Amino acid sequence: MKELKLMKGNEAIAEAAIRAGADAYFGYPITPQSEILEYLMLERPYERTGMIVLQAESEVAAINMVYGGAGCGRKVITSSSSPGISLKQEGLSYMAGAELPCLVVNVVRGGPGLGTIQPSQSDYFQAVKGGGHGDYRLIVLAPQSVQEMADFVGLGFDLAFKYRNPAMILTDGALGQMMEKVWLDEQKPRLKDFPSWATTGKSADRERNIITSLDLDPLKQEKHNFNIQAKYKKMKEDEVRFEMIECDDAEYIFVAYGTSARICQKSVQLARERGIKAGLLRPITLFPFPEKPLKELGRQVKGMLAVEMSTGQMVEDVMLAVNGRVGVEHFGRMGGVIPSPDEIVVALENMIKKISKS
Amino acid sequence: MTKNITADDIVKEENLVYKKTPVLTDNVMHYCPGCGHGTAHRLIAEVIEEMNIQPETIGITPVGCSVLMYNYLDIDMQGAAHGRAPALATAVKRLMPEKFVFTYQGDGDLAAIGTAETIHACNRGENFTIFFINNGIYGMTGGQMAPTTLPEMRSSTSPYGRDVKMMGNPLKITELVARLPGTYYVTRQAVHTPVNVRKAKKAIRQAFESQKLKKGLSLVEIVSNCNSGWKMSPVQANKWMVENMFPFYPLGDIKLEGRLLNKE
Ligand SMILES: Cc1ncc(C[n+]2csc(CCOP(=O)(O)OP(=O)(O)O)c2C)c(N)n1
Ligand code: SF4
Ligand SMILES: [Mg+2]
Repeated sequence: MKELKLMKGNEAIAEAAIRAGADAYFGYPITPQSEILEYLMLERPYERTGMIVLQAESEVAAINMVYGGAGCGRKVITSSSSPGISLKQEGLSYMAGAELPCLVVNVVRGGPGLGTIQPSQSDYFQAVKGGGHGDYRLIVLAPQSVQEMADFVGLGFDLAFKYRNPAMILTDGALGQMMEKVWLDEQKPRLKDFPSWATTGKSADRERNIITSLDLDPLKQEKHNFNIQAKYKKMKEDEVRFEMIECDDAEYIFVAYGTSARICQKSVQLARERGIKAGLLRPITLFPFPEKPLKELGRQVKGMLAVEMSTGQMVEDVMLAVNGRVGVEHFGRMGGVIPSPDEIVVALENMIKKISKS
Repeated sequence: MTKNITADDIVKEENLVYKKTPVLTDNVMHYCPGCGHGTAHRLIAEVIEEMNIQPETIGITPVGCSVLMYNYLDIDMQGAAHGRAPALATAVKRLMPEKFVFTYQGDGDLAAIGTAETIHACNRGENFTIFFINNGIYGMTGGQMAPTTLPEMRSSTSPYGRDVKMMGNPLKITELVARLPGTYYVTRQAVHTPVNVRKAKKAIRQAFESQKLKKGLSLVEIVSNCNSGWKMSPVQANKWMVENMFPFYPLGDIKLEGRLLNKE
């Protein structure tokens, strides 16, 4: 039976990980996500389900512990915030190359550098374009509520294992820290049968399993790259998730994910009160990105405003999707500042003025 | 009339004094002739065979000349990023505590880029084994200075010899981790003579055996030559190793059953 609780977003992720049957969590403290590790240590999942929790010596060590566990075919999760996620990039690149599944949570804070501990969406490029070296992508999920923080843990694991690729929950300090009610899934059992590729010990009836991202033969490495790209193509076909709000008759739409999408819902309402037919497209998967619905909306609407807590990163993917068919602009606050619904509507009105002039 | 002796007369079970362990694959090793890596691989494989733990053993390879070790051992293996093998092994062993887990790492991998992972895995007392091949140089990348490069020793990035004032001192990381409460068995061996090969094999066996006790990490350092990196013939390299490396990195047990042997 599902269970209703009042929880912080970070705690919901931790509890959902236990209930999803995760085998291990490895992490290192950093604001605004330390509650994930703290909650797990307090909950003693090693007694509840046998799940392992370990505070690593660094984010670098943590992601490489994740690699080791994933290589054994286990469900492993790690979490951090922006500076720590930067440290995990080498490991994520290796995992994508070695085709290992895992779940990474980035509770984004403002950057660059040590930046601020306040919420931000400035790690979009890093999350959806690969982040580390080499041609690879992460599956990126963007929750907008504490409920989705919890729900996307199970979904993230499922997608990661389906495609043998790391998945990321890209969220921010606002969602991590805020409390909401959340329906939690029943406890799932931990896996007992492991994938055939896992390094669980070479029994006499099979060849040895080798987990590696290395191939010194360029043609083999190229083939491997083609195989990985084929998975990303399949994700684009089968895994795009998004939500459309008041888009049917919309003349202008906001494009926003996560916290910004939540705020934009109010902006849609305010704009409509002022006589503007506004709508919202909320990407739920940032990779794969909802290109098709945006392309279609590009034929219908007069303009799109990408609202992000950054200088404008996702806006580039919106532009690529509509490919010049309609004007796309960006509005954002940054450095930990959260935009108000009103200032977003003002930004929309300014965009409309500009469009009607030209 | 004397009968000619043919190969068939000799190759018989009763005459067999040595055979290649099946835990080693038939792949041709890529190591330079005279390099210690191949011998170390063989000893680990033989111990795995003798302990009958092939299905229970998971190895983690480093980045370094031994990056392709998984081509040579017929066991499940994972390739780590440079320096991170102890982090992988930590997870593998914690998730499968009944398995035998080892890392195999060079001196650059273990004592430079991976120092944090090494020290913390040792300090946490993770129940796996580290095989540490100390050749005093970065073999794979072409003979650059390693954290273990001796004072005055030449390398491609210390072409006039290691100037400790400028480049720092060599790091005796094995002595360092032996002092941590999490290590149970720490020893330094070599594989350049038959006597040393036998001793090293005994140490490798002891390291694997101690995993059963779950009393902490076991580390076997093997001081080895890198004749290519040192720009010497294999014979010269072994002589140089005995004369220069061994005085600085003395062979023998450093910690037994969790107790430091006070040699220094
Ligand atoms: C992050 C990273 N930095 C640098 C390298 C390049 N690199 C490969 S092997 C190596 C040194 C290996 O030396 P050692 O660990 O002593 O092994 P050996 O080859 O001597 O056995 C370096 C610096 C790398 N692969 N990854
Ligand atoms: S370069 Fe050195 S360490 Fe590498 S195989 Fe040759 S001798 Fe061995
Ligand atoms: Mg070396």
